[in-house]
Amino acid sequence: MFPELIDTRPLRRGVDDALGWVVTNWGSAFEAAARPLLLLLNAIEALLVATPWWLIITLLTGIAWLATRRWPLPATVLVSLLFLGVMDLWRDAMSTTALMIAATLTAIVISIPVGVWMSRSARVRQFFTPVLDLMQTLPSFVYLIPTVMIFGPGKIPALIATIVYAAPPLVRLTDLGLRSVDPAVMEASRAFGTSPTQRLLGVQIPLALPTILAGINQTTMMALAMVVIASMIGAGGLGYQVLQGIGRLEVSRGLFAGLGIVVLAIVFDRITQAFGRRLQARVGVSEART
Amino acid sequence: MTTMQTDTAIAMTGVTKIFGPAPMQAFTALQGGMSKAELQAETGHVVGLDGVSMQVARGQIHVVMGLSGSGKSTLIRHVNRLIEPTAGDISVYGTNVLAMSLGELREYRRTRVAMVFQKFGLLPHRSVVDNVAYGLEVRGVARAEREAEARKWIEIVGLSGYENARPRQLSGGQQQRVGLARALALDTDIILMDEAFSALDPLIRSGMQDQLVSLQKTLNKTILFITHDFDEALKIGDRVTVLKDGAVQQEGAPEEIVLNPANEHIEEFVRDVNKARAIRVRTIMDVGESEPCSIAVPAEARCEDVLPLFAEHQWVGVLDASGGQIGRITARRVIGALARHGARSPSVASPVLEAAS
Repeated sequence: MFPELIDTRPLRRGVDDALGWVVTNWGSAFEAAARPLLLLLNAIEALLVATPWWLIITLLTGIAWLATRRWPLPATVLVSLLFLGVMDLWRDAMSTTALMIAATLTAIVISIPVGVWMSRSARVRQFFTPVLDLMQTLPSFVYLIPTVMIFGPGKIPALIATIVYAAPPLVRLTDLGLRSVDPAVMEASRAFGTSPTQRLLGVQIPLALPTILAGINQTTMMALAMVVIASMIGAGGLGYQVLQGIGRLEVSRGLFAGLGIVVLAIVFDRITQAFGRRLQARVGVSEART
Repeated sequence: MTTMQTDTAIAMTGVTKIFGPAPMQAFTALQGGMSKAELQAETGHVVGLDGVSMQVARGQIHVVMGLSGSGKSTLIRHVNRLIEPTAGDISVYGTNVLAMSLGELREYRRTRVAMVFQKFGLLPHRSVVDNVAYGLEVRGVARAEREAEARKWIEIVGLSGYENARPRQLSGGQQQRVGLARALALDTDIILMDEAFSALDPLIRSGMQDQLVSLQKTLNKTILFITHDFDEALKIGDRVTVLKDGAVQQEGAPEEIVLNPANEHIEEFVRDVNKARAIRVRTIMDVGESEPCSIAVPAEARCEDVLPLFAEHQWVGVLDASGGQIGRITARRVIGALARHGARSPSVASPVLEAAS
């Protein structure tokens, strides 16, 4: 056994007490601060539930058609969504989709500015890189428990946990995309007297957009991967069905709800990827890097 | 071309650029007599430019020629401060460029200097017309006006019909025409061209050089042109500055350099150059009154222009700008000039020729 060099118990107790202190003194403040997130999630969910199923199917199939102009993707989307309806998973799929969309939107709002900031300063990048590593590798339960203690079980901790898990790839890919814009193009833009903001909005972001979109695609996928864990703390949706299936040893329930998550992942992944390819062709990034 | 315009457009005095973590210390060491090689070996600092002083006259094409690593691309980037010098002064029409604040510098880049790049630097997500209009857009010109201006220049550089194409759909030569149109559309007096034609195929390059020279006749811009190609320098330059290891080796009119290379380095370039193109008849003619010749060329004509005329004529007259004959020239004189400046070392050359024949 490794010899006990110092007594770590006071340290552990200190951490636990500190969290307890935060919960009692700041709990309601945190809850109030996170309220906009809850409102966003509820609004999206209410909208999705209120929208008739055939309209959602038509819209998503139409978007799939716009993204590819070929029939295989719209057909896949149609069949996938019909599967959700037929298996009586529609309502749960909608709340899972709402969680995914709310997490992705929040992640976009947070990640893109952070990515921009990182791309501009090596020091900022040095600081954020280990933070992002931590967010991606730390087992989610480790931060799930304190989040639940602060916010109480429910949708807010579920949403926050999903954001923490899903945001890093978007930050990384935004940073990478902005930094890998052809330096010759950036220099030309500078020579014409552009300000940093003009270069960011007029050159860097348009040229990095395919990479940023790949990041958004990753974020949606990781958000969907998080739904089962999120359902443990009160997110509901398909993840909750899986959880119930496990709890009641109802293999069929778990299996079909699990397949429902897969189906949602396929739909959103293929649609965002198709848009990414379309954008890449339009921007002509491959040519710009030669 | 050699009108007596001696206004200085760009003046550089003692411009030194040292790359490395502590350039000022390195600069002190350099001034203290340390050599560039020592400086690089001991401190890791690279001297990009070493006390460069040069003046670019208004309305001229001034070519800076040097091999890769000579600092020529660093030099041109000092004019619009894409690179900041370690020491020295740069002024444009008497305005100190280095004293400009960030806002003034942007305004200066938007309105006073345009630039053309070796790798084109076009925006791949914009159409040709939007690329050409880019500089005007940055300047804040209204859409309709800047597009009209862009279309005008697209037509002048010969790209009509490609207005809505994307840069990647164009060939290299066409892309550089877009780059040129983008610079010309700004209507600045000064245009910086950084190896603008070096990435192009030889035939296309030659065509672009001709186009630049003919455009210049009507536009009368001040063009600072960077190249590693001595022939290109001689073909388009009114003045040529030869740069090596960040220092100016020689500056002069193209034929001055061909006729009197200042050192061995320049002689090496001159040796392989097409002298018939570099030498103008003005410099080798018999000056003075003479009976009018049946055929004549302007004083600016090059030897290669008069050579074919000797098939029919013994004498070719040389005319000044007003059309009066100021001298005349013979085939013998031209051949003499070409041979004198073309002699490598006859003792080695002739036996080889004899052996071959």
